[in-house]
Amino acid sequence: MKLSDLTNHAGEWLRGNGPMSEIVISSRIRLARNVNGFPFLTRCTRHQRQALEHKVRDTILAADLSPEVLYVDLDNAPEMDRQLLVERHLISKPHAGAEGARGVAVAENETLSVMVNEEDHLRIQCLRSGLQLEEAWEQINKVDDRLESALDWSFHPRFGYLTACPTNVGTGIRVSVMLHLPALKLTGEIEKLFRAAKDMRLAVRGLYGEGTEATGDFYQISNQTTLGKPEDEIISDFKHAIVPKIIEWEQHARRTLRDDRTVQLDDKVGRAVGLLRSARLIASEETLLLLSHLRMGVHLGRVKDIDLRTINELFLLTQPAHLQRIQGRKLEGDVRRAVRADYIRQKLGVS
Amino acid sequence: MKCDNCNKNATVHLTEIKGGKKIEKHLCEQCAAQNEGLPVKSHMPINELLTNFVMAHSGLQKETGTGCDQCGITWAEFRQSGLLGCANDYQVFEKDLTPLLQRAHEGMTHHVGKVPTRRGGSGVPMKRQVDLTRLRKELAKAVEAEDYERAAKLRDQIRQAENG
Ligand SMILES: [Zn+2]
Ligand SMILES: [Zn+2]
Repeated sequence: MKLSDLTNHAGEWLRGNGPMSEIVISSRIRLARNVNGFPFLTRCTRHQRQALEHKVRDTILAADLSPEVLYVDLDNAPEMDRQLLVERHLISKPHAGAEGARGVAVAENETLSVMVNEEDHLRIQCLRSGLQLEEAWEQINKVDDRLESALDWSFHPRFGYLTACPTNVGTGIRVSVMLHLPALKLTGEIEKLFRAAKDMRLAVRGLYGEGTEATGDFYQISNQTTLGKPEDEIISDFKHAIVPKIIEWEQHARRTLRDDRTVQLDDKVGRAVGLLRSARLIASEETLLLLSHLRMGVHLGRVKDIDLRTINELFLLTQPAHLQRIQGRKLEGDVRRAVRADYIRQKLGVS
Repeated sequence: MKCDNCNKNATVHLTEIKGGKKIEKHLCEQCAAQNEGLPVKSHMPINELLTNFVMAHSGLQKETGTGCDQCGITWAEFRQSGLLGCANDYQVFEKDLTPLLQRAHEGMTHHVGKVPTRRGGSGVPMKRQVDLTRLRKELAKAVEAEDYERAAKLRDQIRQAENG
């Protein structure tokens, strides 16, 4: 498998066919692990860092995690490839921009990725479409077992899995769901989400993780407590308490828009469709915002001739690195905005 | 960075699209909350929070202790970066780390959850050790809550784990 094989379609998690996928875009579980006998990365020498990367890469490739595993040596990968992996949520922004020996393994239709030499020696991640946290846990737990049979994890009976940052110590788990909440934002009720998150000690982030904005009305909710709470309890809280509550709020807000503020809703959605179908130059942030309104309009039956999957794919394929990869050339400024506008019009059935 | 509206520190950074133009705003949390209810960027990143916490309590920490003899990191260096240097540091700085862990993890200080079934070459059976600690803790809780049915079950599990 090659990196270029990824470009022309959306990953499994963006297919839009998972449970509750009109609101829950994706479910993600990440485990932080470190290998005994090596310092954490900030204290590794160049040589240790390389040795570690080799050891982990060889282990992953020998572990038979899936019939096809793509391993990308990020230290020697072009910037655009790294950006592409960020846009697909397969690596973090800091991992893309870092220096020194590091990589990522991608497998199982992009539902599995393992970052090597990120903040911790390994960051294992499972990404699923819709609300599928238990399935993601089952998958990642097996991968962890498989890797553990060849790598000796740093573990302490009191502190659990040891991590470079003490905020991840214990289970080393981060459970997150990516939610699409345009109606809560339009009705001004999104504050509810921030208050609830604060009360439940959850972090709210944007589309591309830590330090990014909630562009296109996407909000990523994740746990912060990793010590003293078992994995299944964290997952169960998300599945049975946290996510259903937020879904209920968003659904209520969507119904309110549809039934009591129909004109305002149709105006927003109509403008989104109109702009997307007629713009000749469009920036990626504006695209996300308009696609967000369009997506809500499709879900509420205000737009009939566009499906959710097309919109989900557009969210990804209009991002800068994807657009350039599809066109096969470097694009900048107005040229890039023009190509994006053309691509959108073509996908939305305007010639 | 200062808040656009007042003099507090800006922790929320918004990008809005108006008429095809990108407008950036930098606000403190209070002002962001009033901004059409649309605070967008994440709250303070965890590392920042940690560092601030450690800074605020720096009076309690000894500035010049010896560091880790394996990776060489000192407590002051950890405070700077928010990242530890090696697995040994959890042992070396156990006392200083404990209040920090409690703050970051809802008051918890002990791991509960998955345990590696083996430790590579070392061959120490980790699982049993941790399971026992956890079961004993749960038993104490069950007794305290006068949930005797659960306590009996836990006692059986402990006996089984001790023998297995
Ligand atoms: Zn302010
Ligand atoms: Zn150390």
